[in-house]
Amino acid sequence: MKRIDGRKADEMREMSAKAGIIPRADGSGYFQIGKTVAYAAVYGPRNLYPKFLQDPQKGILRVNYNMMPFSSKGERVRPGGNRRSKELSLVIEKALLPVVNLNEFPNAVVDVFIEFPQTDAGTRCAGICAAAIALADAGVSMRDLVGAVSTGKAGDSIILDLNYEEDSAENGADIPVAMTGRKNEITLLQMDGKLSLEELQEAIQLAQKGIAQIIAVQRKALQEKYHE
Amino acid sequence: MNKDLRAHTIRFLEAGTRYDGRKPLEYREISVEYGTVKNAEGSCRVKIGDTEVITGVKLVVDKPYPDTPDKGSLMVGAEFLPIANPDFETGPPGIAAVELARVVDRGIRESGAIDVHKLCITAGEKAWTVIIDICTVNDSGNLLDASALSAIAALQNAKFPEYTNGQIHYGKLTDVPLPLRDLPIEVTVFKIGKSYLVDPTIDEEKIYDARLTVAISRGGKICALQKGGDGPLFEQDIISMVEIAMEKQNELREKLEGEHE
Repeated sequence: MKRIDGRKADEMREMSAKAGIIPRADGSGYFQIGKTVAYAAVYGPRNLYPKFLQDPQKGILRVNYNMMPFSSKGERVRPGGNRRSKELSLVIEKALLPVVNLNEFPNAVVDVFIEFPQTDAGTRCAGICAAAIALADAGVSMRDLVGAVSTGKAGDSIILDLNYEEDSAENGADIPVAMTGRKNEITLLQMDGKLSLEELQEAIQLAQKGIAQIIAVQRKALQEKYHE
Repeated sequence: MNKDLRAHTIRFLEAGTRYDGRKPLEYREISVEYGTVKNAEGSCRVKIGDTEVITGVKLVVDKPYPDTPDKGSLMVGAEFLPIANPDFETGPPGIAAVELARVVDRGIRESGAIDVHKLCITAGEKAWTVIIDICTVNDSGNLLDASALSAIAALQNAKFPEYTNGQIHYGKLTDVPLPLRDLPIEVTVFKIGKSYLVDPTIDEEKIYDARLTVAISRGGKICALQKGGDGPLFEQDIISMVEIAMEKQNELREKLEGEHE
């Protein structure tokens, strides 16, 4: 089976990643997959206000997802966020939470801001990939990296890393998945479309193959910064 | 809190130097990258030292304003994104972002940079609106000059999308550029104590007395001004600061395509 852009079913788009691209931030990451580009910056651990939000047992992770107004393929995106960006901020936060050792900074907050100058499907996954690099770059205590990719269905085949056309195709399915690098713990799973249980299993296994490649790219980006 | 920083900075400036080794009227390295964002009709990335902005142009078709039925319009927005500075927050633009966007807007509007008559499709019914969005990536000082330069570069880079039967086909760009007649450059000159400087760092931005942003057209005319900061300026300050801006604008202008000699 051949895909719209000529890829094989289990082939990812071309990727690149960098660590430490935003000098003002405590940590930052850049992750590009195909034409989707994500910047992530981490500020903190820092004091959390208003004070009643503070937790003396553990710190708080706070994620904000935002598309730049000119980033979308179609019309301008009105700045300031919407219901979609709120939900994505939430699911990205939950995707990262299991690897961050929050108990090491009680009363504090780690802010993760994710911005997209250019999008072409798979933004929440690219955002998670950039954010994991940024958290590691910031020196926030973590027990693993997290990678994410979307799998989906086109015709009768399960395919890896959907592009915009595949994502918006009718009768398809879109399944974003995030996993930790070492134990393949699933920290994000969403799905829309129609799928059998067997197909879901195949999709998760395919995602795992893709995420292994992503983790390698993330690791290389961090090593490149810190080996100098 | 910044009293000592201010005293040291003034002593440095009076000796003709700054913390990072620059002279008072010296910019950091400036770079302009065109076409950074594939989904925008025009875009660029501008860096001044570590300061970085990404700016995009989107074109939409709107009904012209009733008082200018044969003209298109311009809209400039600035997003001080929280990735760029620990003090920037999510939410609607704060006063600094609003001021910056309006100062950039005035430079473009008042220089007549865009021939808005040529943006008209059908008088009274349809005209193009040019929307410039400035997004900060890293704020290491002088977002104002970086943003103003990026707005002009993004305009230069923009191409009209295909427009047929009242429909815009985003993603299918024609090779028709925007009708540009001028390329205004904005230079902001700062006064700290008795000294003037350009291209401030974050620290210098914390302790300045007054600033003056000067927009200068290609022909060397002043086309917009904005005085900022808590302190006052004398007439002689204004003259000196405009003279500095007139001289420094060439350094920024030559980073633009087609503007170097």
